[in-house]
Amino acid sequence: MNFLLINFFLISLLLVTTFFIFKTTSLISVVALTGAFTLLCSAIYVNLDAVDVAFTEAAVGSGISTILMVMAAAKLPEGKKNKLINLFPSIILAVSISLILIIIIANLPLLGDPNAPIHLHVVPEYLKESKDFFHIPNVVTNILASYRGFDTLGETIVIFTAGLGVIALLTSNTLNRKTNFKKNNKKNER
Amino acid sequence: MVGGLFIIITSQNYLKKVVGLAIFQTAVFVFFVSLAKVLDGTAPILTKMENAYSNPLPHVLILTAIVVGVATSALGLALVLQIYRNYETIEEKEIQSLELKSDK
Repeated sequence: MNFLLINFFLISLLLVTTFFIFKTTSLISVVALTGAFTLLCSAIYVNLDAVDVAFTEAAVGSGISTILMVMAAAKLPEGKKNKLINLFPSIILAVSISLILIIIIANLPLLGDPNAPIHLHVVPEYLKESKDFFHIPNVVTNILASYRGFDTLGETIVIFTAGLGVIALLTSNTLNRKTNFKKNNKKNER
Repeated sequence: MVGGLFIIITSQNYLKKVVGLAIFQTAVFVFFVSLAKVLDGTAPILTKMENAYSNPLPHVLILTAIVVGVATSALGLALVLQIYRNYETIEEKEIQSLELKSDK
């Protein structure tokens, strides 16, 4: 019962944060609110017994990504208070998607049900065997590094590619395009 | 989750769109981890006592996904910076009007 109460409290805080991110125009406060959002999420993970995920979310999600966003926001101009675009179609889309999700979630097994299909396949063997195989008590580490090591290799490849992309984007010399663009604009103004 | 989608579509500022994407992702992660919960279970770290443990498999998936998500938003931020260098604005409407002007 306690568990559910804490969960409801944290999720309502998440909704409040999302609402304020939606409303704020100042970029730096949007970034700060995003950091708060991910930190709240890591609190939810602790509550759901996912300790490793909470660690990662707090370090990577709300640490590194907030630092990156602050660095970007420092170089960008202040957000302007513009009229919202596509307001009506997006309300329809949001409402219909949430209705579909609610219907699907109603058909899922109950939260915390130990006999749900997800808990019956493969995982019991992991829980039983992994300590004898690898002598590491943390099952998440065992699966991440041993049973599913290739997934983690793929993840590092993805990060490497993203890093290459970031470097290529930030160091590419676009000065020519920029001056051309400005010249064209000036011509048009005349 | 729907809130994040809503922010992506409605806000004109590109940085805010990237933030909306991050929120969308995080909401999906919370959903996945909630599937792994077992009532009266503990974190999947084996102890000598016989316990019910939460399902470690979604945890592993989400660990991978979090890091990939940060890589995605870093790439998005780099794109936004590059757009700002070229157009000197990151508002969608202003970029559209600039493009129309230069096409004429």
